[in-house]
Amino acid sequence: MAFEFEKPLQELQDKITELEKYASKNKLDLAKEISFLENKLEDKKKEIYANLTPWQRVEIARYIHRPTTLEYIETLFKDFTEFYGDRVYSDDHAIVGGIATYKGTPVTVIGHQRGRDTKGNIKRNFGMAHPDGYRKALRLMKQADKFNRPVICFIDTKGAYPGKAAEERGQSESIARNLVEMAGLKVPVISIVIGEGGSGGALGLGVCNRLLMLENATYSVISPEGAASILFKDASLKEIAAESMKITASDLKEFGIADAVIKEPDGGAHQDKEFVFKSLDETLNDYLSELSRLSADELVEDRFDKYMSIGEYKEQT
Amino acid sequence: MLKDLFFKLNKKVNDKKEPGVFESNESIITKCPNCKKILYSKELYKRLNVCSNCDHHLMITSTERMDALLDKDSGTALFEGITSVNPLDFPNYESKIENDKIKTGLNEAVIVHEGTIDGSPAVIAIMDPRFRMGSMGSAVGEKLARAFNHATEKRMPVVVFTASGGARMQEGIISLMQMAKVSVAVERHNNAGLLYIAYMTNPTTGGVSASFASVGDINLAEKGALIGFAGRRVIEETIKEKLPDDFQTAEFLLKHGQLDEVVDRRNMRDYLSRILMMHSEVK
Repeated sequence: MAFEFEKPLQELQDKITELEKYASKNKLDLAKEISFLENKLEDKKKEIYANLTPWQRVEIARYIHRPTTLEYIETLFKDFTEFYGDRVYSDDHAIVGGIATYKGTPVTVIGHQRGRDTKGNIKRNFGMAHPDGYRKALRLMKQADKFNRPVICFIDTKGAYPGKAAEERGQSESIARNLVEMAGLKVPVISIVIGEGGSGGALGLGVCNRLLMLENATYSVISPEGAASILFKDASLKEIAAESMKITASDLKEFGIADAVIKEPDGGAHQDKEFVFKSLDETLNDYLSELSRLSADELVEDRFDKYMSIGEYKEQT
Repeated sequence: MLKDLFFKLNKKVNDKKEPGVFESNESIITKCPNCKKILYSKELYKRLNVCSNCDHHLMITSTERMDALLDKDSGTALFEGITSVNPLDFPNYESKIENDKIKTGLNEAVIVHEGTIDGSPAVIAIMDPRFRMGSMGSAVGEKLARAFNHATEKRMPVVVFTASGGARMQEGIISLMQMAKVSVAVERHNNAGLLYIAYMTNPTTGGVSASFASVGDINLAEKGALIGFAGRRVIEETIKEKLPDDFQTAEFLLKHGQLDEVVDRRNMRDYLSRILMMHSEVK
């Protein structure tokens, strides 16, 4: 158990383990007591996991052992062949991409890649890409467009990297270019937020026909910490900011921004990876088959309509 | 108050004047924030708020710039009825909007006109940094997207003057999605073979910089404008080093290949007029 809010569960679990040890050591029959505690643990789990606050979901979304892009690619797709480099400056390890087959059909897969440990995070720059990453992604998308392959993007980033070199090489332009070019792709584009969807850096892989979000994923214009410090002038109010910024999958579904919420096992995707792989696979398959029936022009039109309809304003004539 | 004497610019919009001519009726003198020289406001207006001593570009309002750009009596305001609501029920958001409406005489952070510049027709959108720091919420996104769609339908070029702190935080994820919304409209306009000139003014940062501001067929910026993705302080904290003074200025971007040209505001109309003329369609 990884999180502060799981402490009551840990305590119950510890008690159960202790009782079991005591029972076996002293050859006592404590089955009744143990089963009582086990039931209590199950009830408590249900209670906690069914009532996760937005901030608790942020913690789950950021969890180091949460499945990353490469795990989804390796599990849901076959023949994954990774391609590297933006042909301009470098290969950015914070974004991975290449081609693979999905149920027999060639597709292009791209995603932010976090590290799975500290060493990995240093290599992957915590999934925070430079312009080189966005340009590699764009190169692969244009390639998909040419060879008529659907594009599937995995979003999992705190945001685009705020660094000196990133600015010098045009961080803004690289993201901006992706938005416009993705709008015009003549193939189906599905983006899936698997962890944290942080601002422009997330959107740089996110102009799509269908947006899917894992149940505990978040998608936000600014991190809860950032929102708290800018809007409430106090970074410690991140829990409140997470709540008021409406960043959860169900919030986005309600706004009509996310098209589907992918069910996760109780407590988060890391608790049962097979569960979440299967649940994403089913939805992805449905949406891909739906979109494969649209013509190139209809796909562009569909994306245009999707984004033109997002926004709340009033209009006096 | 003495302070009120300084830098109080005329907010009159209505009757169109000759381009580049303003009337000052509120204060006599203005202090240049860069060289601290005291300037006659009337003279400053004639120079489009560019300091005669150091060429510093002082803030110019969206309506003043529109007046300076368009041919006399050629402009029609578009989508003026679009205003913000409070989709996240964010505390105090509505009152902040109302205050800025009163303060600026505008009803949102961008104005859109259809008109001619030296005879060349164009759809012009100008963002105003005085209104919620020019931030982009649903109303700004809708007006800009419609500006592009309108221009696509009428086969017209678009010029967007950006001035923005980025996304409008109080509208959360909906404000982020406005970047995508304007981008799909830009793509359609682009796909129709039409000209888009992005003209970045001080400041153009965050989500606006990372969307339509950076993807014109021609990217221009005004002298000295601050342009960048991330804030200076955030970058300094991330990389643990001090950034050079000229970091994220228009001149810095030009040097790094991000811009076609840095333009002095006094040449803005001539510069645009020349480009528009060379892209005019034979109908």
